[in-house]
Amino acid sequence: MRALSSSRLTLIWALSLAMMAVVLFPYLWMFLTSIQPEQDIFAGGFHYLPRQLTLLNYERLLTATPIGPYFVNSVIVASLSTLLGLFVAVSAAYSFSRFVFRGRRLLMTLFLVIPMFPHVLILIPMFVIMRSAGLIGSYGALLIAYTTFVIPFSVWMLTGFFDAFPVDLEEAAMVDGCTRLGAVARILVPLALPGVVATGIYIFIVAWNEFLFAMMFTTKATRTLPVGIYTFVGEYDVHWGLLTAGGMVVTLPLVTLFFLVQGQLVRGLTAGAIKG
Amino acid sequence: MPKPSSVVYTGVAATVSKPTTNWASLSKRATPYLLVLPALAVVAVTVFYPIAWAVSLSTHQFVLYRPNDTPFVGLGNFERAFADEVFWLSLQQTGIWVVAIVVSQLFLGFFGALALNEPYRGRGLVRAVVLIPWITPSILTALMWRWMYNVNYGVINHTLVGLGLLPRHVGFLSEPDLALFSVIAVVIWSGTPFFTVMLLAAMQAIPDELYEAAKIDGASAVQRVRYVTIPFIAPTIAVTSLLRIIWVANYVDVLFAMTGGGPGYASMTLPVYIFIKAQAALDMGYGSAMALCLAAILIAIVSLYLWMLNRLEVQVR
Repeated sequence: MRALSSSRLTLIWALSLAMMAVVLFPYLWMFLTSIQPEQDIFAGGFHYLPRQLTLLNYERLLTATPIGPYFVNSVIVASLSTLLGLFVAVSAAYSFSRFVFRGRRLLMTLFLVIPMFPHVLILIPMFVIMRSAGLIGSYGALLIAYTTFVIPFSVWMLTGFFDAFPVDLEEAAMVDGCTRLGAVARILVPLALPGVVATGIYIFIVAWNEFLFAMMFTTKATRTLPVGIYTFVGEYDVHWGLLTAGGMVVTLPLVTLFFLVQGQLVRGLTAGAIKG
Repeated sequence: MPKPSSVVYTGVAATVSKPTTNWASLSKRATPYLLVLPALAVVAVTVFYPIAWAVSLSTHQFVLYRPNDTPFVGLGNFERAFADEVFWLSLQQTGIWVVAIVVSQLFLGFFGALALNEPYRGRGLVRAVVLIPWITPSILTALMWRWMYNVNYGVINHTLVGLGLLPRHVGFLSEPDLALFSVIAVVIWSGTPFFTVMLLAAMQAIPDELYEAAKIDGASAVQRVRYVTIPFIAPTIAVTSLLRIIWVANYVDVLFAMTGGGPGYASMTLPVYIFIKAQAALDMGYGSAMALCLAAILIAIVSLYLWMLNRLEVQVR
């Protein structure tokens, strides 16, 4: 690292701190709202810091709302989407990384242009199809929809990760009597594991956060967290205490997962930018 | 990117005895396609098949609570859209929405990346922290900001009035002139970090020697940015902006959960209008027709954008 002059360093840190403050303030505000009694939020004039600390909102969230089932639904949908998404993305990325074949470019482009189609264009017919098939309220529609959303980035990321490892290693294993599948399972996947994990967490995050499809395709029993939280918004009043407590419950697992893999994830997401 | 590896595999296949060679080479040639097949199947089920359905729906009057009364109306739904004032208003507001958001995100993201591109201890932490909005559920982003924008109890109103910057409390989301821009500000907040990180990655790939050389030639800091940084990251700017334009133009969640396009239609964009038509009015035929219009407009804009890049000779990948 080349050293920076101290005046420059001060400027950079001032900028960095300002950025972090702007980014983090809404979360801090959500947290502060969630730990004060609901009547304090609205009564007795405005105050920045809570006058009274309480976990009442969290208690009500756990006892009086179906947040538990919503949480379980979200975990199921996000985990299954991750498995399905990884399966299709790993095999497609392996194909793009290790084979030269007719139609390769076309297929790669195809996967990249998918996001161009408006979600609403897909949502409407899918809803009609699923409804006539009686599948509204099952996880199936969400699983395949989320898998499609993550295909472009996942395939792109994984192809980049696989490209980084020489094919010679797998070939050596195959010469030694390994099958292709064995070579992939024993050589490539362990080597590329950090990349595969980062991709998996990316898929998990996308599925965990998705709102539009979840809103259309779930019923009360299968609601995921984002839809569940949205139902706390009433027609005329919003239960801000409950809502902010719910917000903390949704965000914390996600931020934890993200911090575990953010280095890999950023490297994967930006691989294309560097190649550019 | 293409690898000569398959040549090696063919070599291995050639050592297999004659009758099985055909089968072996056939299965070898089929392998890459078989591997792509699962992904392709998922895409077919969730993109191609529904879009074919959407085309069919768009030519019918199809309201979900009248499932037995779905007459073929030809281009009737499209004519209805072109005669619908809200369609045109939302389209216009979608234009404002996309331009305001993408330009601001690019501008702020560029300066954020410049700051983070300096080598200093703690940079990794700052980068991770500023990415948090990117992984926050959109619905939560919308609700957090709705709370902060609140007329009576919101922190933004109280702080601005307290500092004397506002004469009175303002309905950021309930005043027709403000609603769209208040939501635009939120999307800029949530999307800028991603831009920052993409541009930062590109900047970090610039060899130090280029800056050294420019310095020796007497280039000032601003000139180094202008003549070294910007040309070098231009392809990344082009691609990231394009993906952003598409993403933002189709974006529903935050706007839907913050204003629902209101008050009235003052903050309505086309995708939100389509979603509300489908979700609340269950008017699937009309919704599909408008969604096809949106897709067509996007494809046209993307083509124009790529054509312009070509003219400007910006090499994309």
